[in-house]
Formats: sequence, structure tokens, C-alpha cells
Amino acid sequence: MSSKRLAQHSEPLLHITKRDAMVWYKGVIIRAIAIVAALIVCSALIVLLTKLNPLDVYSEMIEGSFGTERKFWILLQNIAMLLCISLAVTPAFKMKFWNLGAEGQVLVGALASAACMFYFKEVRMGDTLPLVYEAPLSNAVLIPMMLVASMAAGIIWAVIPAIFKAIWGTNESLFTLMMNYVAMQLVAFFIMVWVPNGSSVMGIINPNTESGWLPELFGQKYGFNILIVGLLTVAMYIYLKYSKQGYEISVVGESENTARYIGINVKKVIIRTLIVSGAICGIAGFLLVSGTNYTVSKDIAGGMGFTAIMVAWLAKFNPGMMVITSFLVVFMQRGAGAIATTFGLNQSVSDILTGIIIFFIIGCEFFINYKVNLRTKHKEG
Amino acid sequence: MGNVAIELRNISKRFGSVVANKDVNLSVYNGEILSLLGENGSGKTTLMNMISGIYFPDEGQILIDGKEAVISSPKDAFDYKIGMIHQHFKLVDVFSAAENIVLGLENEGKFDINAISKKVQEISDKYGFDIDPRKKIYEMSVSEKQTVEIIKVLYRGANILILDEPTAVLTPQETQKLFKILRSMRDDGKAIIIITHKLHEVLSLSDRVAVLRKGEYIGTVNTAETDEAQLTEMMVGQKIDLNIERSEPENPVDRLEVNNISCVSREGVKLLDDVSFTARSGEILGIAGIAGSGQRELLEAIAGLQHLNDGQILYHNPKTGDVENLRDKTPLQIRELGVRLSFVPEDRLGMGLVGNMDIIDNMMLRSYKKGRTVFVERKAPKELANKIINDLQVVTPSASTPVRRLSGGNVQKVLVGREIAASPTVLMAAYPVRGLDINSSYTIYNLLNEQKKKGVAVIFVGEDLDVLIELCDRIMVIGSGRITGIVDGRTAKKEEIGILMTKTERSDDNE
Repeated sequence: MSSKRLAQHSEPLLHITKRDAMVWYKGVIIRAIAIVAALIVCSALIVLLTKLNPLDVYSEMIEGSFGTERKFWILLQNIAMLLCISLAVTPAFKMKFWNLGAEGQVLVGALASAACMFYFKEVRMGDTLPLVYEAPLSNAVLIPMMLVASMAAGIIWAVIPAIFKAIWGTNESLFTLMMNYVAMQLVAFFIMVWVPNGSSVMGIINPNTESGWLPELFGQKYGFNILIVGLLTVAMYIYLKYSKQGYEISVVGESENTARYIGINVKKVIIRTLIVSGAICGIAGFLLVSGTNYTVSKDIAGGMGFTAIMVAWLAKFNPGMMVITSFLVVFMQRGAGAIATTFGLNQSVSDILTGIIIFFIIGCEFFINYKVNLRTKHKEG
Repeated sequence: MGNVAIELRNISKRFGSVVANKDVNLSVYNGEILSLLGENGSGKTTLMNMISGIYFPDEGQILIDGKEAVISSPKDAFDYKIGMIHQHFKLVDVFSAAENIVLGLENEGKFDINAISKKVQEISDKYGFDIDPRKKIYEMSVSEKQTVEIIKVLYRGANILILDEPTAVLTPQETQKLFKILRSMRDDGKAIIIITHKLHEVLSLSDRVAVLRKGEYIGTVNTAETDEAQLTEMMVGQKIDLNIERSEPENPVDRLEVNNISCVSREGVKLLDDVSFTARSGEILGIAGIAGSGQRELLEAIAGLQHLNDGQILYHNPKTGDVENLRDKTPLQIRELGVRLSFVPEDRLGMGLVGNMDIIDNMMLRSYKKGRTVFVERKAPKELANKIINDLQVVTPSASTPVRRLSGGNVQKVLVGREIAASPTVLMAAYPVRGLDINSSYTIYNLLNEQKKKGVAVIFVGEDLDVLIELCDRIMVIGSGRITGIVDGRTAKKEEIGILMTKTERSDDNE
């Protein structure tokens, strides 16, 4: 036990301590600093890698999202779809049910809508020119039918893991994740059945009658998508904050013991919540087919089922905040895509930029929750 | 008394905006037992954690044998011959005593159980421990585990020993044995600090008492020159009447009749074994026992949270005169039967309340289903929250502050307040004053007494035998899931209860 060795001990350089509640505007400032810092790091990288003026690159990013009216509506549409799936995963995540299966739930929802369109597809009347097509069902019947079918499909996909979790305590993350692959193969299978020529690409369904297509709204192709998601956002906000079911979700998520103690049937709440979650995923699938693509493919959800988790989490599961976080994510993705084409950059460059910005945004949460203290000099006693 | 073993100068420590210790000055001599006295949250454990290397002080100096010391890890503390015995033991269950004792020591290559045993035996003989070095930790009683912890630090040559609430989990008999050992260590010249808030232990054991209040050092007094009243005043900052009132029960009638209930855990261990008793209206029934003897399971069984394998729980409804069997009913079904049963569980923030929700939403836990709409009604819970804040003097910025931000005493006031607001006929409270300061504890005792006077059958699970004897009309003792005796609170002696607490364990040994 040499005193020499002991003398070498010194106070650690950094202390990390947990913060108390932070004034809201400080949180905003820290997040703003994070974004600015991210942009600076990105600029340095742009100059280093491409020798381009970063300001040009940034203005091109904004241009890419807001440049024309059309670009702006596409931006809104993309936000709406991401937001819709984020809303879907929110009740489950708030209940601490780690639903990684939104992707699959959206896919089966899309598949159900496409199936309705395909089995009631337009038929050609006669052989004379001009070609005349007729839809067997009017949109007033077909579209509601597609909506219900999609919601039902989404519910089935979500409720299977929920039942297993509630009754046998299986791991929902793995279960929902695996269900994604099943959904993907299911879509691939049906496309093969529907498109016998072996191209495994489903063309646009009902291109002539537009049967099963959501009509334009406000003169915009995506008008209905945006309106429906807008209404869903408000409804979800109210559901979580003011309804009895929303309250039960919070209690189960915070502490299952407390839920048991006050007599909440935890199994019932888990299953019911995943029904809600699955139904909204189904709606997202419906909107992707009926309001956006008019066809189905196994990439139709495009990873949004996972991006949505990040969007919901960054917004702390507040539907209002999710509008902002989904805007942020979509804006960066579209901006990154725009600079890639304009400057002839590799798509990877834009992925790198997106990665850096998201890293900073998520990383700044650490500084919101913790304080880092530097070593202070000892007072001489 | 010997030389100064350790001296603290102007030690301060902050956690966020909370000041845990402020300008604490303290000296401990070789060959003395110093009690560090203070209420929960007064900064005792934080202070000791800084000496044992778990925290690092923000300001101030620690001097050991007159030289400044920098203790930045538990290993440094060992190098300075400081050993701390924590309240929650830090032992590996599947290892033997000897393996735990040498765990983490870097010397002498091979694990030689004989050499270690010999050294352990030497230490045991010197101070009067009784231990089998080859016994596994999971086979040990709480008191044996504590012995292993103490030998562990002595084995490392500790000269300064810190014990954090060492008697909290011991029976009165085991406490006496521990005190004897501590005295023999003191006579051997060791400096011993015990952290406690039990006054009678302070007075019977220590040479000097240092008092902390709200993180500040109040002063040190010689035990011989002080008494309970003075120490309480130093601790709390005001004079306090330490007597708990106990009125005679008024027309007690049977309210809850528990007949031969048994319950087995998933692993097949008997948690409750043929338990029978009756709780009467207008009286407080105390439940005493070593922690984990089945108290929690018993209360949860009554509340409808524990599946029973046998027996029945009969509720005598005072309004209708009906007798209902509550066994295997859910909490909701119990309430629908018109049984007004309130339950203050042991785990306040993990069961009774939701830490991240505010006071209003926590009030709603019991009432959110009211009303016919799908929406929750927040007006009545808000009024209730404000009423409880006013009536029970809950210290909180507002009714919309998350309860986890409140101090322990205020959390408990919120919980007890909500449970009492349901005007229960049976009130069960598990360790309702654990971790509370003296003032809050007395608030809780008064609330329980008020309920008793209203004719409520109160069931109180406690750990401090002195309080149980002062507060309860009858005290039921539980040991290893069995009722080992029911005594009259007005005539019972602590030793008598202590013997009942360990009774079942002994009969098990003989089987």
C-alpha cells in the first residue's frame, strides 16, 4: 500500500450528472444548436469530398423540397405517409410493446386493397375502337370495401403477435419482425399469381376507369391522403390524451404492476391496442395503393415502417410533435435525393449527410437529459 | 480514544439542483463507534459513499491519518483501509462465503480455500463471528450474509468500517449479537461509523453521535450526555412528541376473515402456509416479521392480486350484512361487489402510483372508469389532488408535477391520501413509513388512527417493532409464510415478538 501510488489518484476529468426537468426553451436551443452543428459538419464533408460550395448544396436541398408547387405537394404526401405509419406505431410503443412489424402490417394492408381492385378490375366492353372499359363496382362501393379490407388485414397482422405476447409472454420484437418477411413473401406470391407473365411486376391497376382510385381533392392528386392523415393525427392526439383507453395504455406502459393493482386487464389492453395500431397500418397500406401508387409491390412501404419508429420516438410519442419530426426526416431525404441528382453525386453522399444530421439530432437528447461537468480546481483548505 | 482516523473538511455534493451534502465537517477517531444520525434524505448515505469511493465530492477535502486523500473508486477506499457494508448486500449468491470474501483481490495466484478459511477463522475468533466459509450465500440467512460482508472488509485489512443501516433487516436477537461484535472491534482500535435513524440503537451502541439535517452537519454530541429528545430535535430541527396515540377500539366487529389460505410460488416454494386470522373494524392489526416472510403475498391475496391454492377470504359487508368470498376475484370484481378495500402497497412508485404521471392522473387510477363517455373526467381527480395537497400538506410545485419528482414522504402522502379518499372499510398498508422522515411518519400514523376511529379495519405491515408495539391493538407475527403468533399490542414485549419472528425457521431446521 504505497502512499506514492495513492498520490497519483486524481479527480476524474468529466462528471456526468442527470439533469432535472429542463425549461422548454433550453431544450429547443440545444436542438437548434445540434442542427446547426450537423450542418457545419456536413459542409466540411461536402467541401472535402466534392469541392462544392456547401451553401449551394443546402439551397439545392431546399429547392428540392419547396422548389415548385408539384415538389411541395410531393413533400406533403411523403410526410403524410410517414406520419400515418408513425401514428400507427405510437399506441403500441407507448404501451412498451415494441412493434417492429409496421412494415409488414402496411404491406398486407396494401395487398388487401390491391386484391379488391384486382378481383373487381375493369373489363373491356366489346372489341370496337375506341376501347371502352367499365368497372364492375362503383367507387362508392369499392373504395370503402378496400379500406375495410386493408384495416382488417393490418389488424390480423398486428393482433397475432399481440395475442401470443398477452397469453404466453412471447417476445414481440422478434415476432413482429418475422411477420414482416411473411408479409413480403405473401405480396411476392400474389403478384406472381396475378401477373402470369413472370415479370413479377404488377402494373397499374384499372388505368382506364380509375376504379378504386381515390379521387382528387382540392385539385390535388394526394389531397385525400393528406386530409385523412390530418384527421388521424388529431384523432390519435385526442385518443391518447383524453380517452379512457388512452389512459389505460399509459398505465400499462409505465407499470404493468400498477395496471394490475387497479384492476386493468393487461391482456385485453395489449390486444385492443394492437388492433388500433394494426388498423392504422392498414389505412396506410390502403392510402399507398388507392391514393398513391394504384398498384402493389413488396417495396411499397419502403422501410417507412422502421423510419416511423424513429419519427415517433423523436417526437416522444406526441402526435403533434410527429408532424414536425416526420417533416424533418422527409425533408432531409428529399433534399439529399435532390443534391445527388443536381450535382451528379453518388446517392451515398446524400445518405451520409442524412446520417450525420440524424446522428446529431438523436445525440443531442443526451445533452438534454444529462449535464457534463468539467473538473474544477480544488479549493485549498 | 485514539488518533483521528478520518477527517472530513467542508465536504459538499450536489445532484442536479439537489444539495445532498453541504459543508460537512466530521472527525472519527480510532477505537470509537460513531453514529451518523439523520432522517431519510438527510445525506448520510451520500456522505459515506464519498468516503468509500462511490461518489466523488464536489468540494472539500478528506484527510486520512492527517494526510489529504483522494478517493475516486472503491478500490482506492480499500487502499486507504476503508470498508463499507452496504444496506443491500453486494454478494454473489452462488458463490461460497470464502469466494465472496476474496472476490476482486488481485494477489496470490491460486484460490486456496484452506488458507482463506484459516484467515477467516482467525478473524472470526478474534471478534466473535460464527461462520462457515464453505457455505453458499443463497443458503444463508440475512444475518449470515451481513457477517460475510463484514468479514470481507476485515479480510482486506479495513481499519475504518462504515455500516449503512445494519440493523434494518435483523431481529432483536441478531441485533444484540451484531452490537457485541461491533464493540469488540472498537476495543481492537477500529474506527466504526454506523448510519442509522433508530434512536434507541444510537444510545445503546455508540460513543458519539453526529447529526445531519437536510444535508447539513448539525453537530456531534457524546452519547453519554444526550437523550432521545435532544437527538430528535437536532435531527428534525424542532421539538417533537414521540408518543403515538392509541385509542381503545370501539365496538369491534369481524370485518375480514382469512381462513387457512395457502399459496405456492411458480418455483414451488410455499409463500403462504395455512394462514388464518380475523381483522376487526375499529382496530389496527399489525403484522410483524422478517422481510420477505409472506407479508406482501398476504396483502396481495386479499387485494385480489395473488392466486391462492387453498383457503378462503371472507368479507363481512357492514351495510348489507352479507358475507362474500374474495378468493380468486380480480381487484375490479372485488370493487364491484361493493367491498371498499384500500391498499397502500410496499412498492409505491412501481405499484401504487405511476412515477411519470402527475398527481391528478395518479388520482385517476382509482376513478378513471367513472362516467359514461369514452373520455376521462379530470375535474373530480383535480379537486381531489388539490384537496390532498392542502389537507396533508404535500410539498409540490403543483398538482401537475410528476410524482417521481416528489420526496418520499410526499409520494406516500399522495398515495395514502388517495386510498383513504375512497372511504374504505378495510385499509391495508405495507411498510407505509419506510424511508419517511419523522414528521411524515407521524402524519401517516395519525391518518391510520383516524381511519381506525372511523371504524375501518386497518392492517399495518411494519418493520420497526417499537412502532408496532406503540400503534397496534393486536400484532400478528408471520415467519416463513406461517402465522407464528398473535399478541396483544398493549402487553407485548419486543423480545417476545423477536422469538416468534424466527420460530418457524427453527422448527424447519429440526424437521
